[in-house]
Amino acid sequence: MSKFNKHLEKKPQISTASLPDIVFMLLFFFMTVTVMKDDSLKVENELPNATEVKKLEKKDRVITIHVGRPTNEYSKVLGTESRIQLGDKFAKLSDVAPYVLGRLTHIPEQLHPYVTVALKVDRKANMGLVNDIKRELRQVGMLKINHTTYEGDAFTNLK
Amino acid sequence: MGRRLPVPEVNAGSMADIAFLLLIFFLVTTTIETDSGIDRKLPPPDDITEVTRKKKNVLSVLLDGKGQLLVQDQITALTDLRETVMAFLDNGGAPSDSSDHCAYCSGKELSSSSDNPLMATITMRSGRETEYGFYITVQNEVVAAYNTLRNREGQRLYGLDYTDMEIAYEASETTEAEKTLLRKQIMHLREMYPLNIIEPLQ
Repeated sequence: MSKFNKHLEKKPQISTASLPDIVFMLLFFFMTVTVMKDDSLKVENELPNATEVKKLEKKDRVITIHVGRPTNEYSKVLGTESRIQLGDKFAKLSDVAPYVLGRLTHIPEQLHPYVTVALKVDRKANMGLVNDIKRELRQVGMLKINHTTYEGDAFTNLK
Repeated sequence: MGRRLPVPEVNAGSMADIAFLLLIFFLVTTTIETDSGIDRKLPPPDDITEVTRKKKNVLSVLLDGKGQLLVQDQITALTDLRETVMAFLDNGGAPSDSSDHCAYCSGKELSSSSDNPLMATITMRSGRETEYGFYITVQNEVVAAYNTLRNREGQRLYGLDYTDMEIAYEASETTEAEKTLLRKQIMHLREMYPLNIIEPLQ
């Protein structure tokens, strides 16, 4: 019996000394891949799907415009008609051109020919507003645009 | 001299906790960005040059507010659009003795459809009420038609798909010399099937 007890006492413990190393490894992975969200969305933004997509180049030459219905908390005040969101504010159509030009001044001069305006438009939004935005962009010479989409079957957009 | 006290060791047991805390913070804030889409170049603001095209060289696509697609004033199913656009672009209707003849086209050579891909123009009108998702689907199908034709010519001339060449051109491991060659080939394919899409703004 005493022999048996002795055996129990010697139960080896699992070393947790390497646990911090593993956690740090994960931590550094997430730290390097993280992109901080710069604006919180106030509009519904379920992008449509498309298959024939091109990757947007580096983030430092992209200006984003969001379009969609106001989210639930704002729709009580603003209704359900599609709205434009510039930065973190709702905006009027006439604000688009000044906003884009304002953002352009933050981009280094040598990148100006490559600046693209990414239109992140909800799939339920109307084309009228999108065409209006395109006309505004044309007026200020921002001609490179990108209809940002998810990658997926385009026919699911209709449901 | 008195005895030196042994330096007390710092307890590293809580390091894992701190690391976990940071880890969870970054896990929560991470967003995988969607950064791909359909590229378009708008015409310059004061560009009101009148382009004259024969009617047969124009394919009119209309997206109405009720989700219906009209191609040449005929209601068309979305699934047929790609084929219709490809047949129109690749028609090559100009007779073989004219200067507009398209040697690489493999279409039906109908005299009622486009003369060659350089002249073939697609006009895309959308109503104010048209849903954006619908518009993107149509855009996607039209671009897919162009890509299919460019891929075919890419395979024939260079043994490579046009879309693969574009990806290779963007890739960082491609050398400068390869890029110069790819650029030439991509430009050539684009000239063979130029993206002539007109979107009239009301």
